[in-house]
Amino acid sequence: MSAPDTPKRSMRTPLGRVRNLGAAHSGTSDFWRQRITAVAMTLLMLPVIIVVMMTLGSNQAGAKVILGSLPIAVIMLLFIVASAWHMKIGMQVVIEDYVHNEKLKLISVMLNNFFSIAVALASTYAIIKISSGV
Amino acid sequence: MVEFALPKNSKITGGKTWPKPSGATETREFRVYRWNPDDGKNPSVDTYYVDTQDCGPMVLDGLIWIKNHIDPSLTFRRSCREGVCGSCAMNIDGQNTLACTRSMHDVKDGAVKINPLPHQPVVKDLVPDLTNFYAQYASIEPWLKTTSPTPQKEWKQSHEDREKLDGLYECILCACCSTSCPSYWWNSDRYLGPAALLQANRWVSDSRDEATGERLDNLEDPFRLYRCHTIMNCSKACPKGLNPAEAIAELKLKMVERQI
Repeated sequence: MSAPDTPKRSMRTPLGRVRNLGAAHSGTSDFWRQRITAVAMTLLMLPVIIVVMMTLGSNQAGAKVILGSLPIAVIMLLFIVASAWHMKIGMQVVIEDYVHNEKLKLISVMLNNFFSIAVALASTYAIIKISSGV
Repeated sequence: MVEFALPKNSKITGGKTWPKPSGATETREFRVYRWNPDDGKNPSVDTYYVDTQDCGPMVLDGLIWIKNHIDPSLTFRRSCREGVCGSCAMNIDGQNTLACTRSMHDVKDGAVKINPLPHQPVVKDLVPDLTNFYAQYASIEPWLKTTSPTPQKEWKQSHEDREKLDGLYECILCACCSTSCPSYWWNSDRYLGPAALLQANRWVSDSRDEATGERLDNLEDPFRLYRCHTIMNCSKACPKGLNPAEAIAELKLKMVERQI
């Protein structure tokens, strides 16, 4: 995460500054996962909308019946995992693009991870709780 | 760095309007960015009137005419005047392009507005400091790398493999693409930019090169390569009609290909 020295502060050669700490040898996994989750969300979007519309106007008992169905619960869980993962990667890209203060960037990336995991776990817990009829 | 406003010392102030050339029947207004590192003043935009009956049709012809007839202090790079060297890359009417291949008649309505390539330090007037850009090019090691014994004659390449270099080898490193890319504006210290990445793909795609994996290793980085968000300004700007965005996409594809 270390930014190269700026010319004002450093007497490093331009090539030394460009090479800096070398390549991280990572990034492809996030790139690929971002595409996988995007495709997954595209496929899951319609079923999720249908499920949400089915639950509209129904009480908790009605929702339990709908989400108690295994395929519906699986669709919802898959959507949660895909969207939370996509959100985490996307937000990290935005942070890396625009936050240039190293400490602030580190904290932002960390908070982004915490937030995405918390949202994913809370949503998963809710679906499992309702679908298991508790 | 993300900056939503120009730094204080980069804000454009006023500018001189030079008198119209006497005796000219047809003139074209040029508004040109001026900045002199020696006078301590902020940049300005000077207005000139070019006698179009007395100069060639290209924007570069106009600039040379201004330098020869009105203001010899106007500073810009130029060399081949035919789109081969890439020296006269600048921002003309809001688009990065080569002054030698952009006709002043293609600039519709009003003045021909000329600025240096965006988001680069300015040396003087229309001359940007491309030190970082050239270092990024050097960092991709743009030469053939082999470990096999050098053949008696040339390194051979099939016609099909040679065709894979079309659309890549033509790049003249004018920097129009890289300096049109917002991602490069914000992170040019770590993102290699479209020009260096297109050149990297030129060597990755070369069937004679034996360091393909090593080259991909050096590019596999969240900043060096993956700051490209497919904005496509690079492909729109390229005065040679190349497609750096596609070249970068090919690099990403190769990265995925070697993992799956």
